Amino acid sequence: MSYPNELKYTKTHEWIKEEGDSLLIGLTDYAQKELGDIVFINLPTEGDAVTAGSSFADVESVKAVSEVMSPVSGKVTEANEALADAPEAINEHPYEAWIIRVGEITETEELMNAQEYEEFLKEA
Amino acid sequence: MKLLFESGSTGRKMSYLPACDVPETELPKKLRKEPPRLPEMTEVELSRHYTRLAKQAFGVNNGFYPLGSCTMKYNPRINEAVAADPNFLGIHPLQPASSTKGCRDALALAQTLLCEVTGMDAITFQPAAGAHGEYTGLLLIKKYHELRGDSKRSKIIVPDSAHGTNPASAAMVGYGVINIPSNAQGCVDMEALKAACGDEVAGLMLTNPNTLGLFDPNILEITKLVHECGGLCYYDGANLNPIMGKVRPGDMGFDVVHLNLHKTFSTPHGGGGPGSGPVGCKAFLKEYLPSSLMGEGRKPHSIGQVRSYYGNFGIVMRALTYILTLGSDGIPASAETAVLNANYLMQQVKQYFPVAYDHTCMHEFVLTLEKTKHDTGVSALDVAKGLIDHGMHPPTMYFPLIVHEALMLEPTETESRESLDEAAAAFRAISEKVVSDPASLHNAPLTTPISRPDEVTAARSPILRYQFEN
Repeated sequence: MSYPNELKYTKTHEWIKEEGDSLLIGLTDYAQKELGDIVFINLPTEGDAVTAGSSFADVESVKAVSEVMSPVSGKVTEANEALADAPEAINEHPYEAWIIRVGEITETEELMNAQEYEEFLKEA
Repeated sequence: MKLLFESGSTGRKMSYLPACDVPETELPKKLRKEPPRLPEMTEVELSRHYTRLAKQAFGVNNGFYPLGSCTMKYNPRINEAVAADPNFLGIHPLQPASSTKGCRDALALAQTLLCEVTGMDAITFQPAAGAHGEYTGLLLIKKYHELRGDSKRSKIIVPDSAHGTNPASAAMVGYGVINIPSNAQGCVDMEALKAACGDEVAGLMLTNPNTLGLFDPNILEITKLVHECGGLCYYDGANLNPIMGKVRPGDMGFDVVHLNLHKTFSTPHGGGGPGSGPVGCKAFLKEYLPSSLMGEGRKPHSIGQVRSYYGNFGIVMRALTYILTLGSDGIPASAETAVLNANYLMQQVKQYFPVAYDHTCMHEFVLTLEKTKHDTGVSALDVAKGLIDHGMHPPTMYFPLIVHEALMLEPTETESRESLDEAAAAFRAISEKVVSDPASLHNAPLTTPISRPDEVTAARSPILRYQFEN
């Protein structure tokens, strides 16, 4: 499993990619593997508020339904609508299949770098 | 096998319908332009079709069915005999009340007995399933806060081991969910609960024993904390089976309860028949219940009807029969046997696969195959599929979510010692396979008409209706 160095990570297995004033959130390689084949994603809509520590979407695999948590508070400026038709992209390319773009960020939880996240996975 | 649409031939029919004795009328053309393309077949063809389907299905009457948190107990035949009484079958809810006294008395008796079992003061039979009961119960809680003018309360506390229906029902009612973690013993983390309690909390939803099969030792403290912050306590009756007649949710501090008659009270479960999720409450919530239609008059503060008439009446009659058959000694004895059976099976199976929370359990226990999967590649799914080849229904898989590679077993009081021993032997055989030939388990089951359905394609591209070729 791979964890790109340019990304940041949460304990609930999301990756964060900072792009100027906004950031992208997706699920890590570990998360998609644990979930198994993802068959459905429930996306927020543009303009929705997200809160640090709360869920903003849920993904359904053949095993279970899981929440996707936001490590930041802000506003959804874009949701990756392509995932609604092809949620399997999260399994196939976890780091390309971003779920939402968040802007107007007011609060950010502490994030891990790739090395810290890999350490965290080993301990868990 | 062939579908109904692929069977039969034009012009074939059965003789069930009597000759038409009223003038025939054409349907208005705008309603339907062509006759529906219904299968045309003989009775014997239809009978064989369903018999074939029944042979490929597996139910409690086929063998051991330890689906955790589902309480797949045997459905005694006497229940069916009572429900099929012509006096019950031929009745209509809109008949004059004077002609339905027997049915009303039977419903009232079922209410009294279920209030006794739950420690509640009133019950509605309208909800048609467990989650429907949750929804109804939460509406009572919402009404209670609304009528007190306490509009700030918008959240329901749900532990992370809860059934998925709990947060879903809370969302349906318009509440947000505060998810609280379990502690190292698998029960409610008291510090997290204290932190969650506050003036935004409408209530708590809890099943006790929980989905790990553990009775929460802090239950009185839990309900007290929620009451002190102004919330109400909702008891999810999914796991009532091991405590019925022993402990009452009402005495644990719960204000609202739903029961699953199709679990605890031996009525058909799953595809076998309609469910029934009666909701009980304490006296102070009684005026918010749906009307019982039993002559109590208008209820201005009722949440309204959640289903037509009296709910699934025939199912309530089956449950009533069960309660009366067991009696006040049989009910607690059944609970004790359910707990004994689960512990007996757990002690055997844990020799082969580790138990997630290794305490004396109530009605069910949860295995974790995390290490097995890591070491051998054999997952909880593979073991579940392997058990099918040993003639039993698989346990619940991948639930509760807090246990990785979970298998959850609930044998129920129905099973004999021999059938528990057979199940344990199946687990032993599979544990040996895990060592000797782990790859073979990826192909299980080998003895069924279909081995492994393609669940991913079924979920991503479901075919929901028959497509004619022309």
